[in-house]
Amino acid sequence: MGTTDIGPPDYHTMLPGVIKKNYGKWKYHEIIRPGVLKHVSETGDVVYTVRVGSPRLVSVDFIRDICDVADKYCEGHLRFTSRYNIELMTGDIANVDKVIEAVKKLGLPVGGTGACISNIVHTQGWIHCHSAATDASGLVKSVMDELYDHFTNMKLPALLRISVACCINMCGAVHCSDLAIVGVHTKPPKVDNEKLAAVCEIPTTIRSCPTGAIRRHPDENIKSVVVREDLCMYCANCFTVCPAMPLADAMGDGVALYAGGKVSNARKPPMFSRMIVPYLPNNPPRWPEVVDIIKGVVNVYAEHARKYERMGEWIERIGWETFFRLTGIPFTEQHIDDFTHAVETYRTTTQFKW
Amino acid sequence: MDENTPLLDELEKGPWPSYVKEIKRAAKKNKAAKDLLGIQELSYKDKVTHWKHGGIVGVTGYGGGVIGRYSDVPEQFPNAASFHTIRVNHPGGWFYTTKALRQICDVWEKFGSGMTNFHGSTGDIILLGTTTENLQPCFDALAGIGFDLGGSGSALRTIAGCVGPARCEWSTIDTLNIVHDLTMEFQDEIHRPRWPYKFKIKASGCPNDCVAAIARADFTIIGTWRDSLRIDQNSVKEYAEKGFDIHKLIVDRCPTDALEWDEKKKELTLKPEDCVRCMHCINKMPKAIRPGVEGGATIMIGGKAPIIKGAYLSWVLIPFMKMEPPYHEMKELLRKIWDWWDEHGRTRERLAELVERVGLKRFLREMGIKPVPQMVFKPRANPYVFFDKK
Ligand code: HEM
Ligand code: HEM
Ligand code: HEM
Ligand code: HEM
Ligand code: SF4
Ligand code: SF4
Ligand code: SF4
Ligand code: SF4
Repeated sequence: MGTTDIGPPDYHTMLPGVIKKNYGKWKYHEIIRPGVLKHVSETGDVVYTVRVGSPRLVSVDFIRDICDVADKYCEGHLRFTSRYNIELMTGDIANVDKVIEAVKKLGLPVGGTGACISNIVHTQGWIHCHSAATDASGLVKSVMDELYDHFTNMKLPALLRISVACCINMCGAVHCSDLAIVGVHTKPPKVDNEKLAAVCEIPTTIRSCPTGAIRRHPDENIKSVVVREDLCMYCANCFTVCPAMPLADAMGDGVALYAGGKVSNARKPPMFSRMIVPYLPNNPPRWPEVVDIIKGVVNVYAEHARKYERMGEWIERIGWETFFRLTGIPFTEQHIDDFTHAVETYRTTTQFKW
Repeated sequence: MDENTPLLDELEKGPWPSYVKEIKRAAKKNKAAKDLLGIQELSYKDKVTHWKHGGIVGVTGYGGGVIGRYSDVPEQFPNAASFHTIRVNHPGGWFYTTKALRQICDVWEKFGSGMTNFHGSTGDIILLGTTTENLQPCFDALAGIGFDLGGSGSALRTIAGCVGPARCEWSTIDTLNIVHDLTMEFQDEIHRPRWPYKFKIKASGCPNDCVAAIARADFTIIGTWRDSLRIDQNSVKEYAEKGFDIHKLIVDRCPTDALEWDEKKKELTLKPEDCVRCMHCINKMPKAIRPGVEGGATIMIGGKAPIIKGAYLSWVLIPFMKMEPPYHEMKELLRKIWDWWDEHGRTRERLAELVERVGLKRFLREMGIKPVPQMVFKPRANPYVFFDKK
């Protein structure tokens, strides 16, 4: 047995020289053009950062290509952002264009700064997860192909953050994004009695269900459970605990869309994203229904929101009733909450718009 | 196997860089990556996932860090029949030398599929797809180049923070140092799951919260300041002279009406007692306005995604805590929270759900934390109150 618990490398060993020297001394920054940041230090030093989009799901050769660029122009250092963008830093403005040219040659976009749509935070989907109700990488590719110009320019009222989660576990911060795409099941679990008896604990399985939809099998000779379908909200909690209860269903699975969340505290406090479309079918490889609605909402927002207004701030100002009118998205019974804190969302005032 | 992938080929078109091209690149050198492509195409055709629940796999001495993954079509794609993921703890701030990255690439080319995520949503480097036999040698090779596993299962997950003082003028705390220090202190908690469920810690240097700590961490550290923000009137004038509408875009947008604009003198003044440190004015006038100098953090708890009882945003626990190494106060608080949660939490019950179940009042009592109005938006409206029955 080798050593354990050595932890990650100390970040000091990874910092570029100019960062090490000016650590904690940064004075201000500006975005000199889309995708290029200039940070100025109290010491007078300057560092330029070129921000580059990445598909995130990449081969080792992709990483090596980026390393080649960093070796050539950035003294062998680089970093990644929390939204998977690659940042190439240099103290020399003359290198900025060279970096941009080199990454463009690799087919990568420069942008993701300011009032733009940055890279989509996303999860694994059909690439690697047993729980996925939709794919993640393919949805991201399909949406970003259409919104590409919003990555490379900064023409929106404010920054707009999109996330994709391929099931309601929501491994990314989907519940607080300007626009969110979430994989959903719409059919209850299909219980495999034989497998359940072999691999699952019945008490744990029963207990896993937040709505109490799972009961012991009425036939004592069958060591399994039954699902009361009228109580099932397709959350897949039971499946996480018990693999004999898969929910995946080619016809039933699809995606829901949410809007208006944010995590930043700027102006209004952080907000949850709220449902705008309860269900769209999975239509790989390009999910045209999803892409259309996302594009439509981005356009309506770009046209109507005031400068600096995030999606959620805009919707709060105009009201959700106006949002549904402007976007033409139908309001359905699924939009009305019936889970734990539902009543808080009911309108307890006579104030509303038509 | 069958290399005919018409559906995925569609995703090679278009301007955004294509992950399908990346899998194809890896597939040229690696059979597992080739089968991954086939499995993905099959999912596109069938519209369901072809991955099964993980079995228990791992490396010696660890209870997590590896996610077991098996395909449900092993006969068709034997080279990706087992396709386990390794989570590798990233260095703080996600800074790298190219040397370190190239070493990771070499290890993964040797022992895995060659496909990666830079990075996973929690922050780890994700190495996607290897066999059970290769796990231990791959781990040993990673240890050899100075990398270790991240968290998985009912453990402390890999801790992440924003770029902070390394390249952001707004950070009022040393996020990289906090992340590294806590990560090293809590190696056992990260590597050996023993809690009711997962626990996440994230640190953002200021209320802009670039790592979404408020939404995604059970324990949220957000930089803030006790004194008032700093305004450089000369730079303010420069903004005004360039035609920037300070009244409309800054003063009117301040959520608490804390700023005043004197159009004649071109002077921006702050009523510090009214400022809630939202960052708006600082974000939009970075050359003129800066956070205060008396830095520290607001500690919040509870943030999580919907599973099980719904999504939560973190709420204020400690309005202001000084953040100086070795962060004794914060570490003690963390240990206290963990012990309490471990004792009272049900399986798969996150901290927020437990606190909601038993009440914030009891939690505060048992943590020995005094209630303050900063913890709530507003006091209760109902009359159903418990008093001590002593
Ligand atoms: C009559 C037999 C058993 C009973 C009544 C029983 C009961 C329980 C209960 C009540 C829980 C907690 C569930 C919860 O809080 O939601 C639990 C958890 C667990 N039990 Fe058992 N158990 C039994 C046998 C076993 C066996 C034979 C194994 C393993 C071979 C096992 C492995 C586990 C594991 C791994 C958990 C944790 C599950 C999780 O973290 O989600 N149990 N068991
Ligand atoms: C054949 C024997 C047993 C049966 C049929 C059984 C059944 C159950 C059932 C139906 C529940 C309730 C699950 C729910 O809340 O929905 C439960 C809970 C529980 N059982 Fe058992 N049980 C058995 C034996 C045991 C044993 C031997 C232990 C401990 C050594 C145990 C410990 C528990 C605990 C701690 C809970 C509560 C879990 C929680 O609230 O988190 N059980 N059991
Ligand atoms: C010792 C006696 C009994 C016990 C401990 C018992 C316990 C329970 C429990 C725990 C449930 C599940 C409740 C829930 O999860 O919401 C239930 C459901 C039910 N019980 Fe009983 N029960 C008993 C006797 C009876 C009798 C005598 C009847 C009818 C004459 C009955 C009719 C039902 C029905 C219809 C349900 C289903 C209700 C639903 O699905 O919402 N039970 N029982
Ligand atoms: C073997 C004995 C018993 C078992 C295993 C049992 C189990 C349960 C369970 C699992 C529930 C459902 C809890 C829930 O869905 O949240 C329940 C509900 C309930 N039980 Fe029992 N129970 C037993 C005996 C009793 C007895 C003896 C009484 C009354 C004297 C009783 C009264 C109730 C009531 C009133 C509820 C409904 C609570 C509510 O919905 O607010 N149970 N029981
Ligand atoms: S969001 Fe759900 S399906 Fe997607 S990776 Fe996470 S657990 Fe898996
Ligand atoms: S999917 Fe969710 S609601 Fe439906 S049975 Fe399973 S745990 Fe219960
Ligand atoms: S959270 Fe604040 S300090 Fe950290 S990188 Fe973002 S803006 Fe800078
Ligand atoms: S930081 Fe926010 S609250 Fe404070 S003065 Fe600026 S805009 Fe107003």
